[in-house]
Amino acid sequence: MAPSMRCLRRIAAALAVFAAAAPATGAEAPKSGGTLIYMIPADAPPSLDGHRETTFATVHSAAPFYSVLIRVDPNNPASTTDFVCDLCTAMPKPTDDGKTYTFKIRDHVKFHDGAPLTAADVAASWNAIIHPAEGMTSARESYFVMVDTVEAPDPATVVFRLKFATSAFLPALADPFAWIYKKEILDKDPHWYEKNVLGSGPYKFAGLEIGQSIKGVRNPDYYIEGLPYLDGFNGIYAEKQAVRVEAIRADRAAMEFRGMPPASRDQLVKELGDKITVQESDWNCVNLVTPNHKKKPFDDARVRRALTLAIDNWRGAPALAKIANVHTVGGIVFPGSPLAATKDELQAIAGFWPDIDKSRAEAKRLLKEAGAEGLKFELMNRNVDQPYKYVATWLIDEWSKIGLQVTQHVLPTGPFFEGLRNGTFDVTIDFNCQAVVNPLLDVGKFLPHSVYTENYGNYDDQKEIDLYQQMPHETDFTKQRQLMRDFEKYVLDTEAHMFMTPWWYRIIPYRSYVKGWKISPSHYLNQDLATVWLDK
Amino acid sequence: MTIAAPDSRAIPAILDDVPEIRRSFLRRAWIFCRRQPLGTFGMVIVVIIAIAGLSADWIAPYSPTANDFAAMTEAPSWAHWLGTDQFGRDQLSRIIYGARTALIVGFSCAIVASVAGLVLGVGSAYFGGRLDLYLQGVLDIVMAFPLIIMALAVVSIFGTGVHNVIVAITIPLIPRCARVVRSSALSIREVPYIDAARACGFGHRRIILRHMVPNVMAPFLILLTAFVGQAILAEASLSYLGLGVQEPVPAWGLMLQGGAEEYASTAPWIAIFPGLAIALTVFGFSLFGDALRDALDPKLRDR
Amino acid sequence: MYRYIIKRLLLVIPTLVGAAALVFLLMRLIPGDICVVRLGSGGGTFDERAVQACHAQLGLDRPMFLQFVDFVWGFFRGDFGISMWSGKPVLYEIAARFPISLEIAIMAVVVANLIAIPLGTLSALKQNSPIDLVIRVISIAGLATPSFWLGILFILAILNVSEAAFGSPWMPPIDYVPIWKDPLRNLSMVIFPALTVGYRTSAVTMRMTRSAMLEVLREDYIRTARAKGLVERIIINRHALKNALLPVVTLIGIEAAFLIGGLVVTEQVFNLNGIGRLFVQSVQNQDYTMTQALVMLVVAAFVLTNTVVDLLYAWLDPRIRYG
Repeated sequence: MAPSMRCLRRIAAALAVFAAAAPATGAEAPKSGGTLIYMIPADAPPSLDGHRETTFATVHSAAPFYSVLIRVDPNNPASTTDFVCDLCTAMPKPTDDGKTYTFKIRDHVKFHDGAPLTAADVAASWNAIIHPAEGMTSARESYFVMVDTVEAPDPATVVFRLKFATSAFLPALADPFAWIYKKEILDKDPHWYEKNVLGSGPYKFAGLEIGQSIKGVRNPDYYIEGLPYLDGFNGIYAEKQAVRVEAIRADRAAMEFRGMPPASRDQLVKELGDKITVQESDWNCVNLVTPNHKKKPFDDARVRRALTLAIDNWRGAPALAKIANVHTVGGIVFPGSPLAATKDELQAIAGFWPDIDKSRAEAKRLLKEAGAEGLKFELMNRNVDQPYKYVATWLIDEWSKIGLQVTQHVLPTGPFFEGLRNGTFDVTIDFNCQAVVNPLLDVGKFLPHSVYTENYGNYDDQKEIDLYQQMPHETDFTKQRQLMRDFEKYVLDTEAHMFMTPWWYRIIPYRSYVKGWKISPSHYLNQDLATVWLDK
Repeated sequence: MTIAAPDSRAIPAILDDVPEIRRSFLRRAWIFCRRQPLGTFGMVIVVIIAIAGLSADWIAPYSPTANDFAAMTEAPSWAHWLGTDQFGRDQLSRIIYGARTALIVGFSCAIVASVAGLVLGVGSAYFGGRLDLYLQGVLDIVMAFPLIIMALAVVSIFGTGVHNVIVAITIPLIPRCARVVRSSALSIREVPYIDAARACGFGHRRIILRHMVPNVMAPFLILLTAFVGQAILAEASLSYLGLGVQEPVPAWGLMLQGGAEEYASTAPWIAIFPGLAIALTVFGFSLFGDALRDALDPKLRDR
Repeated sequence: MYRYIIKRLLLVIPTLVGAAALVFLLMRLIPGDICVVRLGSGGGTFDERAVQACHAQLGLDRPMFLQFVDFVWGFFRGDFGISMWSGKPVLYEIAARFPISLEIAIMAVVVANLIAIPLGTLSALKQNSPIDLVIRVISIAGLATPSFWLGILFILAILNVSEAAFGSPWMPPIDYVPIWKDPLRNLSMVIFPALTVGYRTSAVTMRMTRSAMLEVLREDYIRTARAKGLVERIIINRHALKNALLPVVTLIGIEAAFLIGGLVVTEQVFNLNGIGRLFVQSVQNQDYTMTQALVMLVVAAFVLTNTVVDLLYAWLDPRIRYG
């Protein structure tokens, strides 16, 4: 019997499914096997408890052992609006006017000790994050103020009920630290996960040598067929930049997942040619300049506006991009997000005027008006080279062009934070580094301390709070965007509470035999290594 | 730099009638140079660096803090004799200005530590008893205390700045000087003429200043020169760890931090020259100190 | 004599308590809060309540005096408490990092002395000859070179030489295996830091050996031995060296302190997971318990060494003892 059209269509359908299931990295078929050796640019994480810690070292060390509910799409990590399921079966549409999200959980998911993972575990883990019990720490409690309850009505369903509908919920839910723990253990001993590892992720915990390395082996019962490709991984702690570069050069390790400065990338590319592949992306981190509004003359908006008008972001960014990991000029919203300002919109804001001479003349005029010509002050900074010190050095140079004499006051991390919190500085380099791109929550950094505790500008501004409050509740995207523009102009220009420097830039050079990993705008994302394979 | 020439006051009073050959200072210096070629070489290095530091404003071709983003990590060339660093700053100028910082730190720490150590050591040896015991206990604690914590504490509490780094480095040096001076002074204390002087009714101050201090001058001076080198090295180590002098003060140790290692393979001159400057300076001081000790040690004098 | 020994030993206790008070005070004077550093250094948002829960968990909200008593009493019992940064016992953290530091220290001292004693002796024997000059220059260079700079140069040299020789750069392993598991890999990792640290120690030992030898060679009994017609080599080995080495041996104890300092920076340069790096990290993280424990260990070792040296001096020179 001759092959009929129906038969051909079936074959085509099967082929289409097969093509869709293959990783989107290219036409090569992934090879199974091998151990990925990578470096973690930290000394050692304080603990491996994702609910408690906020450092990327915890994620780089232990994310491969755990599953999450939803996450940024590992095949399209640059997208700031695409979220896909990890433990759920499909992304739900919110019901009840956008206030209820119902997730269906996969079946056949097992913890590494063999016990099944059900919706109860998911709900218990999320309750530990959103409403931690007495004596427990959850570092990200404040992200989830919009959540009312989390319940598991049956073993395969988790229901999130919100207090109000907001587009900030899903990005918050995709938090890379929101690991799913076992309910049984959380009930018995909530502190267990501070010292132990038990997850349901693609790799099983195989040993931690304090300060040295962390090892994982393939989880044979992983719920996604065919994954992970690697037999295991070995994460070596190597804080020093020079060591990491040399290790990649000498093939002692294949890569690191944080980001390297441009000079290292150039060096590796020059020496290793096509043995090195480089992926680059804008980074959801930025250095800000925060004047201390309690210190004269920074309580005067004219002086603050002068400070920001002196800075030539447009010409500074390309020059800095050669030596520091910064790159893109942007406003308060991450440059890749739909809510971000366009170049034209930016150029209307102080600090981004296209004509720098005009900008600096205006700055000088404002200083004169405020009686602060030739002002001398100290810029407090953290003792980290990339890019803090480079940015600060550039800023001081820029400010000298309007006659300001600024000296840098560099402090180690502990005293730096103390200085921030005690407000003992004149002007400080500040920073805002978030995981999932969630502009509505991320710009909270610019709100006064009374609303956002990590704001160190020492100011109060009810008008700013009012401007902000409308945004999370606004469901129409165009209107929301306009609100964001108004908020941005108010913060950066009218009141000049804080100002921007170029956004950070993530550069990952790695050995070309590593495949299946795609760079994302944050070094916290996409770290479970499930789709990584070695072409060796 | 004055070399303490032993004169009659250093000789015990009861030996006043022994003839002592006096020599003019210049003649003694000439003999020193001839006998100690290495020491002279060291002194020459030190003098060159001191001149560089003092006249930095005139001889440095660029400002040490002027960034030039168009000329970053450039190799040594006619425009920049020692190349530029990752901010485009001229290395030669930074090293020249760094000499000033190094010598300020080195000499301040050495002088303050030595004088304090001298006072404490001689006082402790002379008065003896409980005072000696307690003082030694306190000095033991300070000497055993790791420099890095002291430095971090001083820098964090009092702020960064050259003077605070000087304080941080001086404190652990004091007990080392005190110990050496004390053991030297102790052996003098036991010599009979001290008791004889007390019996004659001489006051404490006269005995200490006229008899004990001049006799511990030799180890004191040697320690002084050694401390300069040690202080410079300590400052370099602290800056390397991020706990010492901070930007934008040009200092050799600071130049070796961070960027130097990052660019070590592509721009090795950023790492090589500051380290060379440190090594050369401390080398010069050590050579000079060695020669000084050889010259002042009476046992080795007539060879 | 016994009274002196007892008096000296008793002095150790107030010294340790004094050092404990000093480190306790200094650490708490340094501005900063470990909980804030732990939660905030990433730059993201963190909850103020998390900071307070952290304080309660670490016992930082208790009165200072109680914290101090806990610390000192724990030290004398041998219980150093829990590291504030990682939550694991301090001794466990230290024990995990101790082997590599110890190995480097031992190798450094061994290599240093193997080089220094023969060279120092040679230098003394051939005083003022060109060989003496060269050896003296080498030893002073060892004192003058910052050890971390030497380490940087070492790494550069290894990479470039291996690239020139083998076509691709070779780098020592970046993860540590104990010497009994894989001796070659272990040694290839440890030898370079050991050389870096050892250079300075060997310089000091070289100079001390030289000057001690010079003094001994001038002694009358050496002159007598020479007059007797003894072979020079026997004179050196049997008479001179033994007496000259006494100050050198005491020097090893004193140099231990410098060794620890050298370890701290060298471990940074070579990225080794040792005590020195743990020390720097715990100071920067403001991990009070860990820093206090490490400082007390260093101080105790130093005080003990000094006590032994003092007792040795008193035994040698009866005038020094104060009854």
